[in-house]
Amino acid sequence: MKYAFFPGCVSRGGCPELYPATKLICERLGIELQEMPAASCTGAGVLQEKNQLLGDTLNARTFAMAEALDLPILTICSTCQGVMSQANHRLKEPEYLAKVNGFLAEEGLEYKGKANPKHLLWVLVEDVGLKKLLGLITRPLAGVRMAPFYGCYIVRPTDALEFEDHPDRQTALEQIIETIGATVVDFEGKTRCCGFPILTINERNSMAMVGKHTLEAKELGADAMITPCPLCHLNLDSFQPKAAAQAGRPIGLPILHMPQAIGLAMGLSPHDMGLRRHIVNTTPLEVALGIPER
Amino acid sequence: MDVTLKIKRFDPEAADPESFWQDFTVAIEENGTVLDALIKVREDHDGTFSLRCSCRSSICGSCAMRINGHAGLACKTQASDAIKDGVITVEPAGNMTVIKDLVVNFDSFWDKINQIEPYLKPEGPEPEAEYIASNESMLHLSSVTSCIMCGSCVSDCTVMEVDPTFLGPAALAKAYRFTADPRDGDAEGVSKDRLEELTKPSGMWDCTRCMECVTACPKGVAPMDRIMALRDQAIEAGFTNTNGARHTEAFSDSVEHSGWLDELRLVPKSVGMTNVSALVGYAPIAIQALTHGKMPSIIHKKLPQSENVRKIFDKVEGPEERPRKHN
Repeated sequence: MKYAFFPGCVSRGGCPELYPATKLICERLGIELQEMPAASCTGAGVLQEKNQLLGDTLNARTFAMAEALDLPILTICSTCQGVMSQANHRLKEPEYLAKVNGFLAEEGLEYKGKANPKHLLWVLVEDVGLKKLLGLITRPLAGVRMAPFYGCYIVRPTDALEFEDHPDRQTALEQIIETIGATVVDFEGKTRCCGFPILTINERNSMAMVGKHTLEAKELGADAMITPCPLCHLNLDSFQPKAAAQAGRPIGLPILHMPQAIGLAMGLSPHDMGLRRHIVNTTPLEVALGIPER
Repeated sequence: MDVTLKIKRFDPEAADPESFWQDFTVAIEENGTVLDALIKVREDHDGTFSLRCSCRSSICGSCAMRINGHAGLACKTQASDAIKDGVITVEPAGNMTVIKDLVVNFDSFWDKINQIEPYLKPEGPEPEAEYIASNESMLHLSSVTSCIMCGSCVSDCTVMEVDPTFLGPAALAKAYRFTADPRDGDAEGVSKDRLEELTKPSGMWDCTRCMECVTACPKGVAPMDRIMALRDQAIEAGFTNTNGARHTEAFSDSVEHSGWLDELRLVPKSVGMTNVSALVGYAPIAIQALTHGKMPSIIHKKLPQSENVRKIFDKVEGPEERPRKHN
C-alpha cells in the first residue's frame, strides 16, 4: 500500500513530533510513504481568502505531482485535507481545470483530475481497515477515556469531503478510539473550532475556545483528547496553559495526535511518539496505561 | 410514520425555570417535515408548546432551530432524513436567549444587522438619471440577497459562542451585500467607510473560518465566503493595519518566497514587528516551545523548485486575475 505523502507545514514546524510518529506507525501498518519534496503549502484557507484561484492552482500542482507518481495522496492534517478536498471539488469543473492547468504548463505539469487526497484517518478506516489495525494493537488503551476533536476542515463542508459516498467519515475518529481500546467521550465540542485561526487576531476568543472544549471534555471524564489536526493540537496543547489562566482554572488535559495514540497502542514508546515535546504533561496518562516512567 | 421527538423545553413562568428534555411520539405522513411533526405535538399533545413558524416553504425564516445539534429550518428538513436511532432531537437556535421552548429572542440579531447600516450609502456624485448597475453585479449579489434572516448561521457561529460582541455571519454577509454593490460607496463603488468600520475588533477579522455558518445556511448564502470576500476588499482598499491583514499578507509572502509556511515569523509579522507588548506576551510560549523542542527552525529553508511556486503567484496574481468588485 503506497501513497504520495503530504505532511503539511505544521508537522515539520510547530508540531515536529507528528511527522516521525506518523512514519513509525505507517511502517507497522505496511503503508509506504513517497515524499513529494517540492509540493507547496495548501494555503490553509488563508491564501484562499486573498485569492482562491491562486490557492487552487497550488493544490492542482501538488495533485499533478501525485498523478505523475501514479499514487493517491495521504495527508496528516485536517486543514490540509479540507483545503485540498475543496480545491479538488472546484477543479471538477472542466473549464476551471483548464484555466488552472494553463498556469502549470510552464513547469511541465498537468492535473488530469484524478487525485483523491485522503487523510490518514480516512485511509485507516477505508483502505487499511480497522481489522488490520486491531491486529497490530499490542497495548490496548484500556480504561482511557478519550475525547475526539476532529478539526473544522475534515468535517465541513460535507459535499467537498464526500461524506455522502463515505458515511464512515462522520465517525472515523470514534472508530479509531474504539479500535485502540480506549473509550469514547462524546462531547458537543468535537466538531467545533479550536480557535487557532484567530490566535494572533483575537487571542481572547481563541483561548476561550480552547478552554471551553478542553474543560467540557474534562467535565465529561476525559483523560485525554485525540486529534487528526496539528493546528488544533498547537492551540489545544501549546496554548492550554494560557487558556487555563484566562479561564481561571487548571485544565491539564493531554492532547494526542491521532498517530501518537495509535503508536502507544501498538506498543511504541512515549519517547518515540514524541510525547516529551508536548506542553501539557502526558505522564499521568502513561502511568495509567502502565507504561513505566523513564 | 411514527416519529419520536426529543424536545428541549423551557417555561419562563415555571416555579423553577430551567430547561428540560421531553419526548413526544407523533404520527405524520411519510414525506412529512420536522415542522409537521412539531405542529402535531402542539395540536395533539401539548397546547402550551411554543415555536415560531409561518410559511412552511423555507421563505419566511421563522422556524430556524437546532435539529440533531445543528441549525436549520424545520420546514425544510424531512423527518425521515433527520431520524437518528428512531429519534429527532430538537433544540432552540443557539447564541440567542430562549424566551419559551423553541422561541428565541432575536433582539441581538437585529441590533447587529442595524449596526452595519443595511441600506445603500452612495458617496459619489449623483447620476443624472437612474443608477446603472450591470447584470453581472446584480447576479453576483443574488446569492447574498437570498438571506431570509432566519438566524441559522448565528445559531451555530463558534465565535459568537465565546464572544457575543462579534458582528457574526448574518450581519457581515449583509454588509457584503452593500460593499459589493456598485451603487454603494465612492464613484468607483468602493465602500471605504464601511470597510474601515468592519475591520475594527468584533468585525470581519474575528471570524475563525470554521464553516459552521456555510453548513447551517438553508439558502446557500455561504456567509463565511462573504466574510472572506470582505477581507479581500478591505486589503484592496488599503485597510492593512490589522493583525488579520498582516497575517494574510505574511502567510502569503512566506508561501510565495519559500513554498511553505514560516511559522516562526508568522506570529511577529501578524501582531506587528513594532508591537512590543504583544511580542513580549508571546515570550513565555516561545520559551516553552524552545525547551520542549517544539520551536520551528530559525532557518526557514526554501522547498526544492520553490521558484516555480513564485512563478505561479506572478501569473495568477497578474492584474487581470485579481478578484475585484464587478462593476
